[in-house]
Amino acid sequence: MKKLIKGGEVVFADGTEVCDILVDGSKIEKIGKNLDGKGCEVIDASGKTVFPGIIDMHVHLREPGFEGKEDIESGSRAAVAGGVTQVCCMPNTNPVCDNAVVVRYILSRAKEVGLCKVRPIGAITKGEQGETLSDIGKMAKEGAVALSDDGRSVMNSLIMRRGMEYASGFNLKCLCHCEDASLVDGGVVNEGKNSTLTGLKGSPRAAEDIMIARDISLAESLDVPVHICHVSTYSGVDIIRSAKKRGVKVTAETCPHYFILTDDVIDDFDTFTKVNPPLREEKDRKAIIEGLRDGTLDCIVTDHAPHGRKDKEVEYNLAAFGISGIETSFALSYTYLVKSGILSLSQLSVLMAKHPAEILNLEGGEIREGGVADLSVIDLNAKYVIDGQKFLSKGKNTPFNGFEVYGKVLLTLVDGDVKYRA
Amino acid sequence: MLKNKDLLGLRNTSAEEITEILDNAEEMKKLVNSGKKSFDLLKGKTLITLFYENSTRTRTSFELAGKYLGATEVNISASSSSVQKGETLIDTGKTLQALKADFIAIRHPMGGAPHLLAKTVGCSVINGGDGMNEHPTQALLDMLTMRETFGTLKGLKVAILGDIKHSRVAKSNLFGLQKMGAEVWIYAPRTLLPKGIDELGAHIAPSREECVAGANAVMGLRIQLERQSGGLFPSLGEYAKFYGVNDDVMKHADGHAIVLHPGPVNRGVELTPQLIDGQTSRIEDQVTSGLSVRMAVLKLLSEYREAHA
Repeated sequence: MKKLIKGGEVVFADGTEVCDILVDGSKIEKIGKNLDGKGCEVIDASGKTVFPGIIDMHVHLREPGFEGKEDIESGSRAAVAGGVTQVCCMPNTNPVCDNAVVVRYILSRAKEVGLCKVRPIGAITKGEQGETLSDIGKMAKEGAVALSDDGRSVMNSLIMRRGMEYASGFNLKCLCHCEDASLVDGGVVNEGKNSTLTGLKGSPRAAEDIMIARDISLAESLDVPVHICHVSTYSGVDIIRSAKKRGVKVTAETCPHYFILTDDVIDDFDTFTKVNPPLREEKDRKAIIEGLRDGTLDCIVTDHAPHGRKDKEVEYNLAAFGISGIETSFALSYTYLVKSGILSLSQLSVLMAKHPAEILNLEGGEIREGGVADLSVIDLNAKYVIDGQKFLSKGKNTPFNGFEVYGKVLLTLVDGDVKYRA
Repeated sequence: MLKNKDLLGLRNTSAEEITEILDNAEEMKKLVNSGKKSFDLLKGKTLITLFYENSTRTRTSFELAGKYLGATEVNISASSSSVQKGETLIDTGKTLQALKADFIAIRHPMGGAPHLLAKTVGCSVINGGDGMNEHPTQALLDMLTMRETFGTLKGLKVAILGDIKHSRVAKSNLFGLQKMGAEVWIYAPRTLLPKGIDELGAHIAPSREECVAGANAVMGLRIQLERQSGGLFPSLGEYAKFYGVNDDVMKHADGHAIVLHPGPVNRGVELTPQLIDGQTSRIEDQVTSGLSVRMAVLKLLSEYREAHA
């Protein structure tokens, strides 16, 4: 049966308008005013907002290998509850997703689960060891949408060069986790006043910036595209901005925790604030927002990194890095960027859906006739307090507990099917 | 009356609380120095020292403080405990609580470990040094030693030289001394100077002489030998030459200045043997101050527990 989503404020890339959306099968057949709903399942969206399905291109689903933290089913369930219709999952699983077999496994599990679309990211190097290239071509053929050794940088610049160069032959981008391991030197928080205050070992901005600069430099000299992951420093934003001005094919992402939080929150040794790269300072937070506003940063992702209690209920130094974020990314981004007047709802949809689709050549990303029916109905006026214990994700590790946010996802459609209803 | 069940650091301890601890410690010290080593203030109470790092003086000091006050005292060291079997700090804490411990003095190589323990257990947790974070009883004993010498802490200039970056002693002193109205000046190899320490109120001296100039107390910090192998400074000889304290450096200090060191000292590195054994040294007295401070902290935390039972 066709579906008619009636009377919602539809968010397009260039503005919003109250209209109806007629969905036939997996596609959007028609968008317009007062469409006839005869013979359709009518979804009343009046007073609500219809947002394109969010594409979160940086997610850890943990399967295979770390199902105690998350699995494809729990992660997908969390995704659709957050209005996310496509996730790109990072390869740091066990075994590492560095070959076609693991890519195929993830895709087949995702199909069985049948909630959101799962797009595997393959490792650049075998075992993410930074030594030899993984089976990039075979993974591409099997359905990998990008490459990354996320969690660390490929420290050897020559191997990174080979990876970027070889991957470009399969139209795959390298998504670069930028951190010079020698400079991180065991740091667990940002190096600055707060690392000194708490005595927790700091990692300097330079550790991130040097690798951002290196990977941009490689992309520029090889004339291949590159994507910079989870930018957290003001100086990193500047490096990317100036590269874009020179015409380098660089895109970049950041996460809600980098534009909302600073390292002031590490004060109480709350391990939910431990994330990699670390939370930085106010000037970084402001520069990240400016980067999102002026187009230096192309997209918002979550770096959804679910962990179990045993990974976080330990000393700060021993705790795992990461934040469980996929269920809160829309509400946090909407509350802190749109409701606060920095961006429009349309701009937010571009950052969370359209740009990720463009960067990785994925379907979806916007609401248009003939396009795929991936979208969600959201009540922007619904206010709620974040409580990680209520997450559908197995990872309850959020530093946003107690934060009051706006924007509750009421319903999510993937390929025209209802995959989540609040 | 202290305001918390635990003593985790001086950052969140008020000037009033510090004064109360020092007042009590001074009384204790008088009694101890007069030969009294048996009290029944902590009779029926249990103190556990839980040390995840080696220590001689701090641990012995806590143990004797508990014993002199009449508490039952047990110590657990990481090497002999279930820590090696992979037990988490939280589980260890719950076990000690189930064994009816009243006080746990913990030393741990990681910052924030005592805070995690304190959140887990109802026992009073005393931080005996956590990573690069704090070592409150050490700073309190330093302050007691200074206060006894000068009558007050207000208006004093305290110079701290050495590995500030890895020093929980420097941090606790910085927090505590400022609350008591003293000024803290620091000098260190630039690789051992933590970022943002000036934002916490420390005066970063441009030279060793300016750090010590007019100082009432000069504190050398122990240099961990592994810092040199880690490449943070070229050699012990160079360290002693540029960052050590000797008689020439002390000439810049106030005429009545005292020399302090948290110990154990690398003789001839942080301080010259002449200074360590000289008239101005308070290093031995610091140890007795440490015992008294720990007795005072146990007494006051016990009073807090009685009042909040």
